[in-house]
Amino acid sequence: MTSTLKLKQIHSDYQGQQVLKGLSLTLAQGEILALLGPSGCGKTTLLRAVAGLQAISQGEIQINGRIVSGNSQFVPSEQRGIGMIFQDYALFPHLTVAENILFGVARLSGAERQARLDEMLALVKLEGLAQRYPHELSGGQQQRVSIARALAYEPQLLLLDEPFSNIDAQVRYEMMAEIRSILKQRNVSAVFVTHSKDEAFVFADTLAIFNQGIIVQHGSAEALYAAPNSRYVADFLGSGNYLPAAVFDGHSVVTPIGHLTSLTPLNLPSEFSGTVFLRPQQLTLSADEQGVGTITERRFLGAFCHYWVKIEAASHAYYVEVRSQMMQLTIGQKVGVTTEPHSLVLFESSAYSNCGDPI
Amino acid sequence: MILGLARSWSLAGYAVAALLVLPLFALIFQAFQPDEAVFGHLMATVLPTYIINSLLLIFWVSLGALLLALPCAWLMARCDFVGRRYLQWALLLPLAMPAYIVAYVYTDLLDYAGPVQRGLRSIFGWDSPQDYFFPDIRTLGGAACMLSLVLFPYIYLLARTAFMEQSLSLAHASRIMGCSPWQSFWRLSLPMARPALAVGVALVAMETAADFATVNYFAVPTLTTAVYDTWLGYGNLTAAAKLSAIILLVVFSLIGFERFARRKQQLFQKQSRIQVTDLYRLSMTQTLVALSFCGMLLLLAFLLPFGILLSYAIGYFEQSWDKSFWQLSLNSLSLALITSLLCCLIALLLMFVRRISPRQSDALPSRLASTGYALPGTVLAIGVLVPLTMLDFAINDLADLVGIAGPGLILTGSVIALIFAFCVRFVAIAIGSVESSYKRISPSLDMVSLTMGQTPRQLLRRVHLPLLAKGLFAGALLVFIESMKELPAALLLRPIGFENLATYVFQFASDEKLEHGALAAIVIVLVGLVPLIYLNRSLEHHS
Repeated sequence: MTSTLKLKQIHSDYQGQQVLKGLSLTLAQGEILALLGPSGCGKTTLLRAVAGLQAISQGEIQINGRIVSGNSQFVPSEQRGIGMIFQDYALFPHLTVAENILFGVARLSGAERQARLDEMLALVKLEGLAQRYPHELSGGQQQRVSIARALAYEPQLLLLDEPFSNIDAQVRYEMMAEIRSILKQRNVSAVFVTHSKDEAFVFADTLAIFNQGIIVQHGSAEALYAAPNSRYVADFLGSGNYLPAAVFDGHSVVTPIGHLTSLTPLNLPSEFSGTVFLRPQQLTLSADEQGVGTITERRFLGAFCHYWVKIEAASHAYYVEVRSQMMQLTIGQKVGVTTEPHSLVLFESSAYSNCGDPI
Repeated sequence: MILGLARSWSLAGYAVAALLVLPLFALIFQAFQPDEAVFGHLMATVLPTYIINSLLLIFWVSLGALLLALPCAWLMARCDFVGRRYLQWALLLPLAMPAYIVAYVYTDLLDYAGPVQRGLRSIFGWDSPQDYFFPDIRTLGGAACMLSLVLFPYIYLLARTAFMEQSLSLAHASRIMGCSPWQSFWRLSLPMARPALAVGVALVAMETAADFATVNYFAVPTLTTAVYDTWLGYGNLTAAAKLSAIILLVVFSLIGFERFARRKQQLFQKQSRIQVTDLYRLSMTQTLVALSFCGMLLLLAFLLPFGILLSYAIGYFEQSWDKSFWQLSLNSLSLALITSLLCCLIALLLMFVRRISPRQSDALPSRLASTGYALPGTVLAIGVLVPLTMLDFAINDLADLVGIAGPGLILTGSVIALIFAFCVRFVAIAIGSVESSYKRISPSLDMVSLTMGQTPRQLLRRVHLPLLAKGLFAGALLVFIESMKELPAALLLRPIGFENLATYVFQFASDEKLEHGALAAIVIVLVGLVPLIYLNRSLEHHS
């Protein structure tokens, strides 16, 4: 497998602040990677470093095996063969759609240029709009022009900086799927920056979770969701509950809601005690007068209900959020709490302070 | 942003900026030179009076302009009455009038031989000045009146915007809590508009400190006239530089005050605007009072002087409309054209470097170059003379050394000094214009171009230039107009025998023959009206 982009231990400062702190990442040919992280965590700085618009202080960036930023090498932006797509589309307002798309296309004969233009217009389904100016297009159309412009330049790598955040929510996912299929069709490698996990799930092959200048976990969306390696990743990809857990045997742990058995071996020392992480849909409720839990809050959301359940055990109270198909439970009702069978996610944590209150 | 940006771009920027701040530093340097008797003599005798006169003038003009502007601004922003729509832009017209031209007209009108006093004498049968009292216009008070009349629109403009931008909900709250319009003005509108007013007053004060022609004409000795006399009268550059440094001190403290006020202004600005339906509807009597106040002001500050100039210009058209008038216009025009072209080129270079350079320090050249705008014309002229005179001498010495005939004063004795001075003073306008255009160009356009194989030069030509064209044109236009109007720098730096419209008007007015210069004055005023059309358009857009 050839790698399009390779980042080795890169550091970068922006206005005196260290933004990237020893970041490493590899992107395979044709892979679409989502860089996911909260605002201001350095995602955009990373994209700009890859594009050669931002200096790195340490480390190395390779594109197709060629060092473009490194100890003593620096390849200027215009020689890196990179396409970039921005949140504000960055279309040239003084040029028509056709001129925008052909902006970076040099050294081609008139007929070839026309062929390239037609091909691109067909690809992004904008035939017939070549002579329009950007301000005469809708937001979605503008974004498609910017994609056509980037692809017409035939980049080795496409960088997308929050490209969908200005698109109407109703058409956003449809458009993301459309653009994803265009990139897949042409086997373009892409790095996509976003702070929305939903966009990342829809658009990318792999996810890299970004926090404070480093990648905390990198892998497929399913892998990250099912087996986060830290509470940060677990929380970033969706809400969940933490309950204290102590190892019982190689497959199960003891928790305030009883014994929980994992589908896969736990491989933990027998004296381990930490927290178990449970997504709201991994818990199931049953009406039970002898149950450990009491419903404290109920929120009806159409297809399902969200319940907040208070669990009292060993002189502590824990609150868990449960997503349930059972609609008939009421506030104050006693319930039994069990889990769907799955591979348990356990984190080391000595204190229960952040997941339980003394009664 | 272009990490590998060639140093040559930055270097070019620094070189140009260094050239443009040269006068300022030369002036300060010269001011610290030891000086023979002249400055000591001045200090012991007339300097305190000059300083007091300058400060008094600044005080009275600021106060006068504020009192004229405030009622107009509030009426236009918060009240609805017949004629408001026309008055709100007509009140800007006085900005097109250089103060010295208004001063000439009123002197003509109001002095002993003028029509007003003659009329009074014939009505009441007075024979001589001993028979009656009539205020003398050629005094400090008179100068303050003239300057207030033409400078009040600065405050009007800022105060009006401030009043308009005050939040709708605040206005509602004060009304619901039973404030009358009058109370609401004193307790709400005025305190909230204070930072904007402070900015306006600072601008008026700076213009006043820079004024030379009005006070010179009225024979009110101030610091600016002292600089002029010290140079042209005594030929003493060091003493002139020392006097200039005092003016600079005043101007820079005013700029500091202005910056401070502007910072506060931002805190006070809110999003929601006053709607037309929320304006106070004036009654018949109130409308009459409002109309007569604003109308009177407009009449005195613009219509009357303009009308008189117009009648002179028509009456003396035969004498004025000759070959020399064409020559004058051509001189003014070419001077202004060259200056505006140069200023645009410089502004483009400095702002381009600032935009694409990865080095934060590359913002410095454009900032440095902009300081020239703070220099009053007289001060600037001295600042230009110091280094250029030295250069002239150096060139001639060099020529002597090599054994060829010296070229003479090729810098100070030609229009080069004049063009240089105009560029120093007005490049800030072009820079400001280009800067605000650049702000509207998304930085991602640069990044897209750079990643798609464009060099800095291509980026400038293919993306920036087409998008900056409007801003460059507006900047060039403003520089052009300012260059047409500028008087003191032209007076001090023009080569012998060189006249343009402004110096020509000054010459005739000084000789008490304004009638002959009226046509030239009209041209200056008409050119000055052009930016007001622009301003008006942005105002309309605002409301």
